[in-house]
Amino acid sequence: MKRLILAAAAATAMASGAQAAERVKFDFWYGLTGDLGDVIAKQCQLFNESQDKYEAVCTGQGGYDKAEQNTIAAYRAKQQPTIVQIYDAGTVNFMLSGAIYPANQFAADNGLEIDWKGYFPGIANYYATSTGDMWSFPYNSSTAVFYWNKDAWAKIGKSEAPKTWAELGEDLKALKAAGVECGFAVDFDPWMNLEQFSAINDIPVASMDNGYGGLGAELVFNKTAFVDHMKDYKAWLDAGYAKIQTRQTGKPLIPAFADGTCASTTSSIANHGTVKNTQIEGLDWDVAPLPVIDAAKRTNSIVGGASLWIMKGKSKEEYEAAAAFMRYVTAPDTGEKYIAENTGYIPVTTKGFELLKSEGFYNDPSRAGREVAIESLTASDVGPLSRGIRLGNFTSIRAELVSEIEAAFTGQKDVQAAVDAAVERGNQILRRYEQTFKGAALP
Amino acid sequence: MEKRVTFSNLWLAAAFIAPQIILIFVFFYWPTGEAFYWAVTLEPPFGGENEWVGFQNFRNVFEDPKYWGSVQVSLAFAFCATVLSLAIAALLALFVDRRLPGHQLYKFIYFLPYALAAPAVGLAFRFIFSPEAGFVSAINRIFPDLWNPALDGNDAFIMIVLAQAWMMVGYNFIFFLAALQSIPRTVTEAGAMDGAGVLRRMWDIQLPLITPTLFFLIVINITDSFVNSFGIVDITTAGGPARATDLMVYKIYADGFQGKDYSLAAAQSIVLMLLIVALTFIQFRYVERRVHYS
Repeated sequence: MKRLILAAAAATAMASGAQAAERVKFDFWYGLTGDLGDVIAKQCQLFNESQDKYEAVCTGQGGYDKAEQNTIAAYRAKQQPTIVQIYDAGTVNFMLSGAIYPANQFAADNGLEIDWKGYFPGIANYYATSTGDMWSFPYNSSTAVFYWNKDAWAKIGKSEAPKTWAELGEDLKALKAAGVECGFAVDFDPWMNLEQFSAINDIPVASMDNGYGGLGAELVFNKTAFVDHMKDYKAWLDAGYAKIQTRQTGKPLIPAFADGTCASTTSSIANHGTVKNTQIEGLDWDVAPLPVIDAAKRTNSIVGGASLWIMKGKSKEEYEAAAAFMRYVTAPDTGEKYIAENTGYIPVTTKGFELLKSEGFYNDPSRAGREVAIESLTASDVGPLSRGIRLGNFTSIRAELVSEIEAAFTGQKDVQAAVDAAVERGNQILRRYEQTFKGAALP
Repeated sequence: MEKRVTFSNLWLAAAFIAPQIILIFVFFYWPTGEAFYWAVTLEPPFGGENEWVGFQNFRNVFEDPKYWGSVQVSLAFAFCATVLSLAIAALLALFVDRRLPGHQLYKFIYFLPYALAAPAVGLAFRFIFSPEAGFVSAINRIFPDLWNPALDGNDAFIMIVLAQAWMMVGYNFIFFLAALQSIPRTVTEAGAMDGAGVLRRMWDIQLPLITPTLFFLIVINITDSFVNSFGIVDITTAGGPARATDLMVYKIYADGFQGKDYSLAAAQSIVLMLLIVALTFIQFRYVERRVHYS
């Protein structure tokens, strides 16, 4: 009898255990950290609560670059997650990796109905292959905008943000004369200073359509208006109009703008919420599209942020679970709206944007101005030079440019010489990358 | 006739040393072998087909002036941090050894920094030495632009040297103190009776008697400043400004993990390993001659 009871108890325990285990688990790794990381973790939790069949196990990797590094290491050890969030600059590595399950094929195999045409062209083009296929799902997306302090500009009698870089230069001079200590906060970030600048003014970063044409592309930004742009920055720094604000100086761009230290800066729209939440009392500010060289000619800015990739080598059940998750995060209300409401990121589809607009999302004073990002992203049709950048090992090329610009801004080198050096070293990096992937063609 | 304890059973002997051999194999020889293999091929990030390229990676490394800059910075860093940290630690140990009031407390406090992880030290130094927000910003208010590690390479270099030295002081201190306490009291007392003052006794008796420890610590400190400084550099300066603090170990990380050029990083690791082996060899060959073990 005793034995029977034990057996029964064991059977019940196993049954309830089995019931709990019925939820199919899969791994999702993300790179966002801090407040933004918490938003992703919350989205996972909401997904898990929304149904009882699947369970997303979401793990923050402590940064975009760490997420990519860890995924590579995990893949080599056959421990890769099913879904991973990879930033824009990692796109080419993942396309050539042979380690991923292309998004369009994944969607078709798992009955996911994604309207691939519904993405904003600037976003779709950035992530698409040469044949226009999407191999990853656009997720958190942003673009660059100009943050400006209205009170500071009121001191020089202006109520509008500068439209061109030349106008900004004049404004900065006037601001200095009006007693503003720091008119413009800059750092060494190539995403802003080189990539967005080049896209908006329709000038090339590299040959072969910024690398979209193949792995043989060469950097050309030492022969474009980018050099003059950096010379302007240097002149503004020397004249005391602008200031370098980085993590190392103690205050990066956004805190320096939000506490009123600097009257303007350039940054991602994703920081719109951060500025609202951390600004000093009474700071009257707004965002505007980035200045251009020629006000009559503005091309679209490029998308930043990250997309979601599905990794190869997982079980059918895990892919089913992953598909349910993707359905959840790509839906306009549970996906795009959730992200846009809780962060400064923008909706990625026209449908998502319309939904938010119809609900009066942008009328809320705390979010006023965020549609500027959409305006900037859709300022023109996407051309070959405003599509994005697709260069191998681009993280290293960015690092080369950063250290050369540091040398130029601190007066160790002439700007032209510094940019030339960055291009030369960047081209060596590209050739090594091409050699490493010999025989592989960019999809 | 010399007596020796020998094992007649070789299998038993092998079993005894196996754990250690396996550990060394798994955590040293295997990765080193892998690094050698990557260094002579071009390894794609996700694995798969890699191409044999012979010494091309090493050529790329040696032809790069930025690499030699990084070697220079690393050597200067190792020298400055080691000298500074040993000097401070020796001084602290000599005075704690004098058993001044409260020496037990000092002993505890001086050792604490070593218990911190390098990134934590880096974070603390970044805040303290930040030109705008840190404690040092007070100095900048009096002498504008005197201190700015974000833009001035020399300042950044000084900052990482200080951080590394500060972290190693505790470790060095404990070894120095142990060495000092093993010197028989009679020796220093005899010196005192002959009329030698405190400083003279330190300089002529105590320091010469602890040279074996000093030598050991030099080897450890130099090795540590080559391989363990990564956490400090990553958090405080990220190798900048304009590569002023781009230590060899940080460059390996940047090229390999951030840049995902595993082969270039592997070649650099091999060079770094050979450099440390060579430095240690030189120290044992030439410096150790001047050390007298009692």
